[in-house]
Amino acid sequence: MSAQRDAWGETLVEIAGVDQRVVVVDGDLANSTKADLFAAAHPERFVEIGIAEQNMVGVAFGMSTLGYRPWLSSFAVFLTHRALDQVRMLVSQTRANVKIAGSYSGLLNGSSGKTHQDIEDLAIMRAMPGMTVLAPADEHEMRAATRWAAEHDGPVYLRIARDAVDPVFGASDVLDPTSPTVIVEGHELTIVSTGVQTSRCVQAVELLRERGLDPRLVHVPMLKPVDGPALLDLVGSGPIVTVEEHSIIGGLGSLVSELVAESGRGGPVLRIGLDDAWSESGPSGFLLDKYGLSPRRVVERVLRWRS
Amino acid sequence: MENLSPRTSAELEELARRARWLVLSTVAEAGAGHIGGPLSQMDLLLSLYFNHLRIDPADPAWADRDRFVLSKGHSAIGLYVTLALRGYFPESELATFDQGDSRLQGHPDMRLLPGIDASTGSLGQGLSVGAGMALAAKKQSRGFHTWVVLGDGESEEGMVWEAAYAAARYGLDNLTAIVDRNGLQQFGWPVGPGDRGDRRDPWAGADLAGIFRGFGWNVVEIDGHDLGQIRRSYEAADAARGVSGSPTVILAQTVKGKGISFTEGTYKWHNGIATIEQLDLARAELGVDLVQAGAGR
Repeated sequence: MSAQRDAWGETLVEIAGVDQRVVVVDGDLANSTKADLFAAAHPERFVEIGIAEQNMVGVAFGMSTLGYRPWLSSFAVFLTHRALDQVRMLVSQTRANVKIAGSYSGLLNGSSGKTHQDIEDLAIMRAMPGMTVLAPADEHEMRAATRWAAEHDGPVYLRIARDAVDPVFGASDVLDPTSPTVIVEGHELTIVSTGVQTSRCVQAVELLRERGLDPRLVHVPMLKPVDGPALLDLVGSGPIVTVEEHSIIGGLGSLVSELVAESGRGGPVLRIGLDDAWSESGPSGFLLDKYGLSPRRVVERVLRWRS
Repeated sequence: MENLSPRTSAELEELARRARWLVLSTVAEAGAGHIGGPLSQMDLLLSLYFNHLRIDPADPAWADRDRFVLSKGHSAIGLYVTLALRGYFPESELATFDQGDSRLQGHPDMRLLPGIDASTGSLGQGLSVGAGMALAAKKQSRGFHTWVVLGDGESEEGMVWEAAYAAARYGLDNLTAIVDRNGLQQFGWPVGPGDRGDRRDPWAGADLAGIFRGFGWNVVEIDGHDLGQIRRSYEAADAARGVSGSPTVILAQTVKGKGISFTEGTYKWHNGIATIEQLDLARAELGVDLVQAGAGR
């Protein structure tokens, strides 16, 4: 079991071995994001910019106009918040081939606390016209998503988790990171999740089964563009629970609610995530429990909602 | 690259009068747009595009062209007029400025208008972009030069200084920043130490040249309306490429609204719409002949 950041760093090294257009532009966090693997393997295509995220984005965009496909290496929060205007004006507006690798996303960032957590990245990037938004479930899907993003023509936001999670997929599975997919079949209700929260939801589904429920689990690796009809088919017409390591505003919960509301069928929808709340520093298990994202807490919430 | 003989100072002055008229009249016709910044940078832009940049208006995407980034994107109309005069598109297209379905957006859009190397608008971002282009050129062993025009007001943005540090750190002697020091911004600062009390000088009391030198840049200070000084500063910046190991900044002292009596030296003409009477006055001052200027304008 390895973490998504490792899978991202290793995959990028492999891609760059055959694609000379790939460069990494780093904001002094390569040894956290695992872009240091790239720096060691392809030093001539590793650009250190220091602690200056806005300049990072500008330099990467400038390089992209010369045919490079730069990947930004930093924490998600600095790319989607501090450098938001740069991402918006230089990268998204121009449809530049800049790939935004938002590492240490969500709550779990090694106890750095709320200043370094990013629970709004999906909302912000979803709202940005033309931005592709990916949130893979585990290390295997991270490899597939990284390869997909590298080939894709245009800007991509890739949500990367710091901590390892139990794999959802097998190492030899052929994965399509663009399509929503059923992870566990079931009836009665559908749990929809994204990113590494899907791994925790696999455990939640097992616990719910022990309690006599028969939920389906649907994973959404690409939040934008999203195949709405396909996702609606997968979630069915019964009750829906969305779960995300993210604010319940603007991310997966909003996406599913929008689709269901427009379709006129399905629901009701329960959104599990950060409910307009700031988190804090703490061990990963503590944070997941306190903010309702651990398998046990997801189960409690679903049972309470269904009773 | 096309073969174009250098314009004499007299020819550039003639072009500049015409360009200033086109800025004022196009904005008046559009009913919206900036005046002061486009006029202050005009001599710098025309000198660059007519006598210096290695470009080909017939092939705007030519891979080895010199790059140009207008970081102060709100001065777009000045760039559009320059590009039109230089042959990138017909002068008549200026009439579409700021209108719907136009390639001439309020701020430069590289996806719409060939000849724009980078989209800008939100201030302070162009120097980073130019640094990225110059860094990529070094990595690809390409010999072109990258030019970025910054405003002095714009340089209050912190990102400019992130870029200034990194550009020097990477020894980007194929990068030149031109700071259009027109001394005014949209509204300006209240009266304070080092200030003349008339909302002037974004960098009052600060040694801008010293700051760039401190970062390791070559610094050239010029009168941004003196064509000889402009030419020599551009030649110096070009000559530094591959030699000096440092980027060059040209601090060009300019007059906001330069060339038209009522727009000169006031923040109130940062943007504005000239009246019929003002247009007549400007045309007379600039000596632009009616037929040549387009009688309908």
